[in-house]
Amino acid sequence: MSKSAERLFNGLVKENPTFVLMLGMCPTLAVTTSAINGIGMGLSTTVVLVLSNVMISALRKIIPDSVRMPAFIVVVASFVTIVQFLLEGFVPSLYNALGIYIPLIVVNCIILGRAESYASKNPVIPSLFDGLGMGLGFTVGLTAIGIVREILGAGKVFGTQILPDSYEPITIFILAPGAFLVLSMLVALQNKVKRHIALKKGEPIPEPAEGCEGCAGCGRAGSCAGGIFPVESKTEKKEND
Amino acid sequence: MNENYNISSSPHIRDKATSSNIMLMVLIALLPATIFGIYNFRHENAWLLIVVTTATAVLSEYIYEKLMHKPITIGDFSAAVTGLLLALNLPPTLPLWMGALGSAFAIIIVKQLFGGLGQNFMNPALAARCFLLISFAGRMTYFVYDGVTGPTPLANLKAGEAVNTMDMLLGNTRGTIGETSVLAIMIGAMFLLLLGVIDLRIPGTYIVTFVIFIIIFGGHGFDAQYITAQLCGGGLMLGAWFMATDYVTSPITPRGQILYGICIGLLTGLFRIFGGSAEGVSYAIIISNLLVPLIEKITLPKPFGKGGEK
Repeated sequence: MSKSAERLFNGLVKENPTFVLMLGMCPTLAVTTSAINGIGMGLSTTVVLVLSNVMISALRKIIPDSVRMPAFIVVVASFVTIVQFLLEGFVPSLYNALGIYIPLIVVNCIILGRAESYASKNPVIPSLFDGLGMGLGFTVGLTAIGIVREILGAGKVFGTQILPDSYEPITIFILAPGAFLVLSMLVALQNKVKRHIALKKGEPIPEPAEGCEGCAGCGRAGSCAGGIFPVESKTEKKEND
Repeated sequence: MNENYNISSSPHIRDKATSSNIMLMVLIALLPATIFGIYNFRHENAWLLIVVTTATAVLSEYIYEKLMHKPITIGDFSAAVTGLLLALNLPPTLPLWMGALGSAFAIIIVKQLFGGLGQNFMNPALAARCFLLISFAGRMTYFVYDGVTGPTPLANLKAGEAVNTMDMLLGNTRGTIGETSVLAIMIGAMFLLLLGVIDLRIPGTYIVTFVIFIIIFGGHGFDAQYITAQLCGGGLMLGAWFMATDYVTSPITPRGQILYGICIGLLTGLFRIFGGSAEGVSYAIIISNLLVPLIEKITLPKPFGKGGEK
């Protein structure tokens, strides 16, 4: 597998930010009330993630180590501002639905996490694909949650009624508790599928994330032996917030 | 070896009570309220909703444990108690599938996913009631008595209208299946009290706190009729005697139980007097359920000889 394809696969499946790393939970839980909101939020984040990854990777030799965080924030915030104005200008309905969560992309831990752990250490092209893979993984996660919540909570997908009118929507699924229920169910399903595939291939079964290895935001994740990221975690220094 | 000389570690004094025994007694204690509910809402076929909800609860527990290769625990009747309690908390006109959905939610999500009996962090029946209340607000607040739709006495009371306290005591009025008759609930509660399954600490402090709250903030002062109506209305009695006293989700320390009762009383009063809707018992109890670990922490008794004054 080429480096670029490997980064894409890593972001979409192996280290899916929503279902595996559990990063960016705040927008994940808050905006996924419908499929279109999920995909909108995911794609906005993807754009910012790709651009900031490329920019930070290109500047990685210039940015002094001691002020890297402020520098990353400035880069990310610039791109978020651009995306925010574009959304406001061209898709005002989505802009209104996402509300405060667009400016909050600045502090999305996926973006800072990738900048810190990947883009600031790797060349531009792999960083671009890393950002694209992570961003698409986030989009897929948010859209999946959005679709399930929209079907159960409103009987619709992307705004089109798909369940018969006699279906009484279970409103709780488009409210906050429903976000937690759907996210946990999808994570459980994802773990089950991955376990099944690993068993079939005869690979070691991925253990459920526990302890400090399970916490992707843990500063000591890199020094922890084993865990769910056996290859990555030894080379990567995880975001420590 | 002679059995009399067996050596074992503590505890040395054992009680005959088992989970299934206690659950069975709770089931028996719920019978008066259930039977009255079935009779009271005979035109709405309340019995069918009770059967469906209880059966789904037991079935969900069985299927989940079967699929997860866990020991089957439907024999301890706890799932049946959950299902029955949930049914008693539902309006009689609720579509059957909603009752079944509530039961499945109570057993699978609230109880089994957190580790089964003894591990659930809040009362499964009440959590399911709140789940249904949030999901199907219209259906869950649609009350019928004798073919006539209307608000519950508690809603009338909140709107400042006169209510018939005698009907509320006996139960000939609108409400959820099991909450209307205070008399039937009290018969069951007395049974549990006499057998020592529950004690007065939680329900007692709950009711006293609630009454004090109502006297201070209810706007009617010490009006016996108003206080009686508030006590007999809604799910307060059912909640106080059967759901706040749930062993799993209430504190085990005596001082903690008193604190817990006060906590539910204050919250119920707060929700009923200052809240948007007329009823608030179920939310008050599940919020207090969440506080139980903290309550137990601050009321932990000191072991003999520890922590004295220096």
